[in-house]
This record gives sequence, structure tokens and C-alpha cells, in this order.
Amino acid sequence: MDTAYLVETVIKVVVILLVFSALAGFGTYFERKILAFMQRRLGPMNVGPYGLLQIAADGIKLFTKEDIIPTGVVATIFKLAPVITAATAFMAAAAIPFLPSFTIFGYTVHPIVADVNIGILYVMGVMAIGLYGPLLGGMASANKFSLISAARAAAVFISYEVVTGLAILAPIMMVGSLSLIDFNEYQAGGIGDWIVWSQPVAFILFWIAAFAETGRTPFHLIANDHEIIDGFGTEYSGMRWGLFFIGEYANMFFISFVIPLVFLGGYGDGSFLGALALLGKMAFFFFFFLWTRAAWPDVRPDQLMWLCWKVLMPIAVINVVITGFVMMF
Amino acid sequence: MEAFNNRNVTESDYYLVDIEDYPTDGWGKFKRVMKRTFRGELFVGLWVVFREMVKFDIHTVQYPAEKMPIGPRYRAVHEMKRLWESDAERCIGCGLCEKICISNCIRMDTKIDENSRKEVTEYTINLGRCIFCGYCAEVCPELAITHGGDYEQASEQREHFVDYEYMLTPIDTMKAKAQREFEGFGAVTPHEDERVKKTPLAY
Repeated sequence: MDTAYLVETVIKVVVILLVFSALAGFGTYFERKILAFMQRRLGPMNVGPYGLLQIAADGIKLFTKEDIIPTGVVATIFKLAPVITAATAFMAAAAIPFLPSFTIFGYTVHPIVADVNIGILYVMGVMAIGLYGPLLGGMASANKFSLISAARAAAVFISYEVVTGLAILAPIMMVGSLSLIDFNEYQAGGIGDWIVWSQPVAFILFWIAAFAETGRTPFHLIANDHEIIDGFGTEYSGMRWGLFFIGEYANMFFISFVIPLVFLGGYGDGSFLGALALLGKMAFFFFFFLWTRAAWPDVRPDQLMWLCWKVLMPIAVINVVITGFVMMF
Repeated sequence: MEAFNNRNVTESDYYLVDIEDYPTDGWGKFKRVMKRTFRGELFVGLWVVFREMVKFDIHTVQYPAEKMPIGPRYRAVHEMKRLWESDAERCIGCGLCEKICISNCIRMDTKIDENSRKEVTEYTINLGRCIFCGYCAEVCPELAITHGGDYEQASEQREHFVDYEYMLTPIDTMKAKAQREFEGFGAVTPHEDERVKKTPLAY
């Protein structure tokens, strides 16, 4: 392995870590502001202009807060769980092309850490491991609400993961590759080539499953504040709780990149405009996560399982079968 | 507004909401699921919150910077008033407020001064005990003690509240004829007429 490649990879890793840790912070700010506007409130206003420095205040608070390990918890697992959530969220970013490749100082940069040939499979798999954070954290917490949350995490996990896999299978059959860059190349011809036109059902299913994957509002039942306090996060404090938070918001950003890359043409032909378009699509999907939180009620765990197993999974299977027949003839 | 004032239900166009029974068989349940899925109610919810965001009709009162006008009937920290004619204190030391106070938080001490008039030497209200019932203001024969609108009474020391000097209208305010008189029970909040709104029943 030559040195230039190593240095480039390390720089890319550091940039992605820094950018998305910061974005996760800004994500909380956007969420609070947009939710506030939709509910005719102002949101954070006092720290800095329009409350912009609220992120810094929250960060300082989280970093300096006492890290409490309650008695009765399984300390090793309790300490490890938030790291799993945050680490897997960022590990998933390794196979996502965030921008088209560009040339800087005569050196061509591919803004993807590792273009592994199992790209989308790797992303979905690592994101799925992230569910171990709530599961282990909730089970190790010695708290009944955390335990309920862990049970719900397991239920959600086995429900949506089937839908995600089957929904993404049809586009994978069409593209014939698992690499997200190949997905992008397949749709590089313009809006007419987008997979969403040939696979609208898979698109909707994947989008619905993304809400379960990130634990956002219609499927926010893992940490529903009004039912089970903060679920798995009840016993956590300080930066360990912050790691859960960073993981959740980083996950939202990454899934908001994956949906347009798979279904909506990604960065298109790789021009500057295409890169802007990808960021715009990402911003829309991120905004939609916040939008639904203001508008929609939460479902019960049994409703989520009913939806995933009895409705979405059969539709996904039928979609795969139809896609197969269309491709065969 | 007339539609809301009309209490005669039979004359108006009220109608009974048609509520279907819950389906019991599988086909009925299936039909209900399909109807709910494709009726687009979720998008109505999305549209409502998006409309509110774009309209940007913010109702937040940024409290320490902005304050809502407070009604004259509000019973907050007490005030001691002065006479308009002589700027002298209205309190005649009769002790009725001390007697009527149901939480025993008013203490006063009086003496006969050189003009053979009764003079208040000590007057304190223990706001930690006060329940702001307003009896002291109601019983006062001279309209000397009233309730003010100063509802911010956090303090590091409970002794900070509240002695006679604190409650008494400052002499500068009195010289400027700026003492605010208690408007009496049943007084209406200023500009209340403009703030009356229809109950938002029709969304």
C-alpha cells in the first residue's frame, strides 16, 4: 500500500468525522428551530445570534457533565453501548460517496473512504449493528424503562431490517452491483434514468424503513419520551448520552445521503451542479425527518411490527418478483 | 360572531357526524386499511405544519425582554400609596391589615408622634408566608396598601422582601405625579377589547 493512498484515506476519515460530528450538532439546532417554527414558537434564541451558539453551549455542557455509572448496571456493557451507536454510524459512512470525485492541486480526490464492492450491503449492515447500542445499553441499565426500550429496539430491528433488505434488492438486481458509485453511474443520464421511476414501490418502502432505522418519529418508539422517559438513554448522562445523540443524528445524515444515491440519481454526471443537487436532495430528506416529527403521531410497537411484517414485507417480496420477471423477459 | 352566539341549536345547521361501526370481518378491516392508506391524511398533517412554518406567525413572548400586560386585578407584591394632596403616607397605622391577614405575615409597630398622630414605625410583610389573598388591600380604609403588578419576587434572601420603604411609592415618583392608583376590583386589563379573539374552532 503506497503512502499517498494511506495519507489520503486518513485525511478523508478525519474530514468525514469532523464534518459529520459538527453536522450532528447543527442537526439538533435545525431540528429545534424547524420544530419550533412549525409549532409557532421561536426555538433557541438567547445563546448567540438567533441561538446559533446553542450548539456550543450544549456541547460544553455535555462534555463537562459528570459521567454517572449507576450502581447495579453492568458497567462494561453500559460504558460500551453509546460507543457502538456512534462508531457504527460513522463506520457506515466509509462506503458512501458524499460528492463526485474532483481535482485539487492536480490530485484527483474520490470523496469516498473505501469503494468496497459490497457498498450498500456494508452500509445497511453496519447501520443495523448500530441498533446494538440501544439494545445493550437498555439491557445493561438496570432500569425498567430502559429494558422496555431494549425490547422494543429488538422488535423494531428484526421488523424493519427485512423490509430494508427486500426493498433494496430490486434496485440491486437492476444495477447488478452493490457499490453506491455503480448505482450513481447507472442513473448518471439525468432525471429520466433515476431508479425511482422504475422502482417507486421500493423507494417508498426503503424510505419508510429509513424512519425505523434512524428511530425517527412515526417509529420513535425506542426512546419515546412520553411513554418510557428516554428509553435506553434514561440512565445515561454527560458525553455517553451525547454519543447516542451524535450517532442518531449522524445516522440521519448518512441515510439522507443513501436514499438519493440509490433512488434519485445521486450526484448525477459528477459536475459541480450534480454535487449541489446531491446536497440539496440530502437536505430535503433530512428536513423530511424533522417535518414528520412535527406532523405525525407515533405508532405502537405492535403496529410497527404489523406494518413491517404483514404489509411492507409482502409488498417488497411481490416487488422483487415482478422486477425479476420484467428483467427476465 | 353571530353564528357563535346563537344558542338555539335547532335553528342552526348543526348535523350529527356520521361515525361508522368498526369492521369485524377481515374484508372490512382490509377495506379500512386501504381507505386510511390512500386517503392522504398524513399529507394533510404535513401541509398544516408546513403552512404554519411558512406563515411564520410566532406567538412566543421572549419573557425577560418582553412582558405581557398584566391586569390591574392581579395580586402581586404589595404597594404602599401616598396621598396626592400632601405626599404624606396614607397608612394611618390602624392595624386592620395585620388583624385580617389569614397567614399572619404582616407585622406592624406604631407610636404616637409629637403631633399626637399615630405613626407607623415598623411595617413588614413576610412574603414567604403571604398567600396573596388580597384581604389586606380590601380591608384598608385609606386605600393605602394595595397589590402591585410586580410578580418577579425571586431573591437570594427571604429577608429582602419586603419592608415599608420597599413598598412605599418613592417620593420622586410622587412629586412627578406618577403614582399608579389601584383601579378597583373588576377593572379590566388595558387594551383588552382589541385582544379579544374568536375561539379558533374552524380549522
